Amino acid sequence: MEGYTTVKHDVLVIGSGGAGLRAAIEASALGVSVGMVCRSLLGKAHTVMAEGGVAAALANVDDRDSWKVHFADTMRGGQYLNNWRMAEIHAKESPDRVKELEAWGAVFDRTDDGRILQRNFGGHRYPRLAHVGDRTGLEMIRTLQDHGIHQGIEIYQEFTIIRLLTYSGKITGAIGYDREKGLFKVFESKAVIIATGGMGRIYKISSNSWDCTGGGISLAYHAGAELIDMEFVQFHPTGMVWPPSVRGLLITEGVRGEGGVLRNNKGRRFMFDDIPENYKNQTSMDEEEGWRYTQGDKNARRPPELLTRDHVARCIMREIREGRGSPHGGVFLDIAWIKEKISNAPEHIRKKLPSMYHQFKELAGVDITKEPMEVGPTTHYIMGGVKVNADTQMTSVSGLFAAGECAAGLHGANRLGGNSLSDLLVFGKRAGEFAAKYAKENTIPSASVDQIQRIIEESLAPFNRSGSGQNAFQIQSQMQDFMQELVGIVRNEKDLNAALDKIEALKKQVEQVSCDGNRGYNPGWHTAIELPHMVTVAEAITRAAIDRKESRGGHFREDFPDKSEEFGNVNISIKKDAAGNMKMERVQKEKMREDLKQIIEEMK
Amino acid sequence: MTKVTFKIWRSNGSPGDGKFQDYETDITEGMVVLDAVHQIQAESASDLAVRWNCKAGKCGSCSAEINGRPRLMCMTRMGDMPEGKPVMIQPMKSFPVIRDLVTDVSVNFRTKKKIKKFKPRPPDAPDGTWRMAQSDIDRVQEFRKCIECFLCQDVCHVLREHNLHEEFVGPRHLVYTAALEMHPLDVEDRRGDLKDEGGIGFCNITKCCTTVCPENITITDNAIIPLKERVVDKYYDPIMRFFRIFK
Repeated sequence: MEGYTTVKHDVLVIGSGGAGLRAAIEASALGVSVGMVCRSLLGKAHTVMAEGGVAAALANVDDRDSWKVHFADTMRGGQYLNNWRMAEIHAKESPDRVKELEAWGAVFDRTDDGRILQRNFGGHRYPRLAHVGDRTGLEMIRTLQDHGIHQGIEIYQEFTIIRLLTYSGKITGAIGYDREKGLFKVFESKAVIIATGGMGRIYKISSNSWDCTGGGISLAYHAGAELIDMEFVQFHPTGMVWPPSVRGLLITEGVRGEGGVLRNNKGRRFMFDDIPENYKNQTSMDEEEGWRYTQGDKNARRPPELLTRDHVARCIMREIREGRGSPHGGVFLDIAWIKEKISNAPEHIRKKLPSMYHQFKELAGVDITKEPMEVGPTTHYIMGGVKVNADTQMTSVSGLFAAGECAAGLHGANRLGGNSLSDLLVFGKRAGEFAAKYAKENTIPSASVDQIQRIIEESLAPFNRSGSGQNAFQIQSQMQDFMQELVGIVRNEKDLNAALDKIEALKKQVEQVSCDGNRGYNPGWHTAIELPHMVTVAEAITRAAIDRKESRGGHFREDFPDKSEEFGNVNISIKKDAAGNMKMERVQKEKMREDLKQIIEEMK
Repeated sequence: MTKVTFKIWRSNGSPGDGKFQDYETDITEGMVVLDAVHQIQAESASDLAVRWNCKAGKCGSCSAEINGRPRLMCMTRMGDMPEGKPVMIQPMKSFPVIRDLVTDVSVNFRTKKKIKKFKPRPPDAPDGTWRMAQSDIDRVQEFRKCIECFLCQDVCHVLREHNLHEEFVGPRHLVYTAALEMHPLDVEDRRGDLKDEGGIGFCNITKCCTTVCPENITITDNAIIPLKERVVDKYYDPIMRFFRIFK
């Protein structure tokens, strides 16, 4: 029988990006023992890649901003499918969470009077994103990391959680393995927080890190937790398209916030051609007004390049499909043109967008101060995930919490840029707080040894098939190909059903995966362990996408191109039934509180 | 498409174990070294260990020595490699090998924890916030660009040749300390620690760290030398020494 070691914590945090770190800091500050599992090294999580900024109504740049405007913007952006209570909490608490980072050493860019500077971003009415050039995520994760290491948190680096442990519907901990040696460890804990981020790597073209396999969403699902909104995947409009090896790499929305414009191969600013009805009042009608907006003119309305991401991505797709794209299958994003407007343009661009400058120079040989970039949509974020209580972040499983991208509700059908960094701070803190509280009020039922042994045996099975089974990397790459093609930015019933068939076939292949070598730092084995989780997430996305017969936010169905009132009031919920199958349900949204309704009316 | 040979260091991590192994793979336009390593993994070496994450030069995970030079694999374009010659990839030499290209960099996390954390002055405004001028934080922001790839630690001869990880914190942690010491809000004094546990005197300003930094941080000139000056001002200034006698 294969051995394992056991450790005990009051609260176990799975994931060490922004949400995980913030949760761990909060829980440990409340005096409980906290373990934090990092899949990679500490400080390397996908949060480092966030560029543009963190949204918070500090009103440092425009004093007309307030939590109410932020709330209304978030709901409008999410096409009103958002959990309104989460949107309210998020808008109210994000300013304090940002200020707190400053007290922990973060160094945000400044206004002329020395306060935190804020920039324009898509879907935000006023300049709202606190930022550090275009490397805001790095600043945040480093601040949380450097603060967190002094808080007495036990940190497990390069550990992968394979399964959550439960006992009669209550969480009892998790089991994982350390990558260095490949040894198993059981984490017994009263409360578990999932903060594992997104799932971009189940698609071929993605802006996401290696880490983002959707693992936490699958862990929670298999432990009995309810998922919602899984059909809503955000395709960021501007990813790199050339060279092929960097296809999908993110280009921050900040480029457009600083005055960058989108053009097709005819030189036309095609975003002016299709402005949605509910944004007409807020969008500039000519190029001159749009430029003035990006330069801080409070009387100007924002340019159409700063419409919400779902819309911009679809407009780009339209240009490409109708033959007006760039040579490598994208469109042009031009920031160099601002030299017509300001004298020191190249220097200004390098100062405001240093990583973008660096990235294009190093990886594509393009100088963005001189020539336009080629861009196209890339899989970026999942609005759906584990369903949580808006106030406590507890999932439908007792003692299991979720925060950050893997949790659902705040963003509805489409997320606004900048709202994810504030999401992970606000709800990371809340998850830590309520998990600690839960841990203080509960005891751990002991984990079942049989359950643990079964999981270990399953995990080691790929070695028994060494030399005869299927290659994990190839299966993964097959899945990425068909998810991109069939469950991508433009969907229809036929493609989605085809994807579902492929997923069923994939499940059988996954059972035949083999790996070679031994257990120490073995990427083949690691991929074999991750694959079933990725397939679960792919299935949930596909099934929910089939069920939502309308187009809204990130979910676009060419066979149902319009919004439907019926679907506007439901979230699609997914749970594992007793037979182990995915059970779908359309759940009516809770009625919005009157005062919040009124805010939305006022901001229309 | 061209076929390129890679000589990749394979080791099970035990002392003395390891050798270069040859792999051939097809290279297409725009590929970086990390793409080639992944391709080799998928084609012929599923257990080839490599640490990576963002593949965008932002997380600092895929540090290695390519043709003898410390670099990020994800930011090294195949097109920049000498044509017709094999590409040699080794793990960072300053750290013990865990397996193949993956090294044990945990000493860096232990070292950082020993450095006194950020300690701000009381807030400037009643709402608990501070005021700082952009010009006063430009330098600190340069240091905070660090992605903790530890290539500077790898190339530093004090750590690489002399293995003085316990006596000298190394360039990464001098940059970290400089970011704290030059932070306009910070009121902690780390000069004594720099002189003693930090071992700042070991650095003899060869600037190798600055040369390899993928974020182009001017490590030696902007971080290490000013810190050395601060330490000297406090502990070795003859005039101040004279006054201290009467204190």
